[in-house]
Amino acid sequence: MTTATGHAVCTDPAILNQWYAVAAIPEISVAQVHRTRLLDSSVAYSVTADGECLAWRTAPNDATVTVDASSQLDWLPTRTAFGYLWMSVGEPPPDVFEVQESAEPDRRTLNAATIGIAVSAPRAIENFLDMAHFPYVHPHMLGEEPHTEVADYTTELRNGELWAVDCRFYQPKAAVSSTEGVMAEYLYRVPSPYCAMLYKSSPGDAERMDVIGIFVHPISEEFVRANLFLCLLDDVSSDTTIRRFQQTIFSQDKPILENQYPKRLPLDPRAETPIRADKMAIAYRRWLTDLGVTYGVIPA
Amino acid sequence: MITLYNWDLSVNCYKQRLLLSILDVEYESIPVDFYPGWEHKSAEFKRINPLGHIPVIVDDGYKLRDAHAILTYLASKYDPSGRWYPASDPHLLGETAQWMLFAEGTTNTASAARLHVNLGYEFDIEVLREGAHELFRALDEHLWFREREGLDWVTSSPHPTIADLAIFPDVMLSEEGGISRLDYPAIRRWTDRVRRIEGFVVMPGMFEAAKGAPK
Ligand SMILES: [Fe+2]
Repeated sequence: MTTATGHAVCTDPAILNQWYAVAAIPEISVAQVHRTRLLDSSVAYSVTADGECLAWRTAPNDATVTVDASSQLDWLPTRTAFGYLWMSVGEPPPDVFEVQESAEPDRRTLNAATIGIAVSAPRAIENFLDMAHFPYVHPHMLGEEPHTEVADYTTELRNGELWAVDCRFYQPKAAVSSTEGVMAEYLYRVPSPYCAMLYKSSPGDAERMDVIGIFVHPISEEFVRANLFLCLLDDVSSDTTIRRFQQTIFSQDKPILENQYPKRLPLDPRAETPIRADKMAIAYRRWLTDLGVTYGVIPA
Repeated sequence: MITLYNWDLSVNCYKQRLLLSILDVEYESIPVDFYPGWEHKSAEFKRINPLGHIPVIVDDGYKLRDAHAILTYLASKYDPSGRWYPASDPHLLGETAQWMLFAEGTTNTASAARLHVNLGYEFDIEVLREGAHELFRALDEHLWFREREGLDWVTSSPHPTIADLAIFPDVMLSEEGGISRLDYPAIRRWTDRVRRIEGFVVMPGMFEAAKGAPK
């Protein structure tokens, strides 16, 4: 499929019919038109003075300055969830997947960063799901040599979502509020192809887990804006301190991601020797294959 | 005690952290939520810097803003050898000033391209990339000739100066802005030399020279 101006847009229903977080709501200046692209389509969004979220398809050179709900536009569906504006250029499910923890009143929910990365969405997700790189890419924080061993864990499908459970990894500074190294416990959850979350033991609470999510906004097959979502049990650290920790980690991953070739994720299990025989990476690639994903990947 | 108003992901703040680390000078870092908080644009921060940008330092009550001005001050005050800011040698001082100005150019092209890609700043990205390549070509050629003379740095000093540190991060993170350094071998050798300076520290997005990125 091509647009009126002739450039190709995504036609993969598995990817088209999903919700994508395009911006953190507190960062959207009210009553202004914001332009971006989603899956190669030119789109715009606006939050009205009374807090209504609007999204619509635009021409690539669109210069609309103000809109309201009565404007004659090619409207797109929107939702708000966990502090983000979500939209879709396909036929998405009725609602964005749930993150129950975000409703717990004593949690800190914030966007740590929205950062452009020259990589495909599934490469960004796969990196987020990988523990083996911690000691090398995030030394003194999420890992430390010689503790490089990834203990065995389990992957499974739960209600159509991909999960990895019983993950453990030694982390010298697992969170900004950590005071000592710990054997951090992790759960990974992939609720939709380009969104992933991790649940990890929190230094602030023995019973509950911190939640960190990456909600990828695919601009094109090889460029994304990654939204880093935090839902933490930490009533001590300031927003600035929390963001600083996560942004540092995020920028350490960025050059690794941008130097991966090919930029699209090969789904053929023989295409790339899984360097570390990473179970979750294999499960993720197989899951995308089963969903029939063709956008941002090199299909098997 | 020096206070540095700092954002870890800012190249201009990193230039100060790098020099302070090399000179082994202690300082206190005050994190500014540059993004997404835009704290540098807040009324409160504008009392510290009315222009609303970082870095800013306060050294025993003396306040200074602008990355390259701060480098000049810190080197003049805290490097007793006088090599990082060679104020006593007119030739070297002139060259240092010249390459500091060049660094304004790399900041406004290569590092601006990085802000466009990373944070969505509305710049004309192709103009920035072209501008950066033009400067990189000039720098590469310059460094190649320096090497022929047995010299390692942007000025003709046998020792690096703050001009090297001012240019380095704009160049080192250029790939984040979509500006490849593949065609600039002399620049790549120079960045390796900078990374081996005693006291060198990385900023997020860079790797230490010896270790390199895991494959
Ligand atoms: Fe990472």
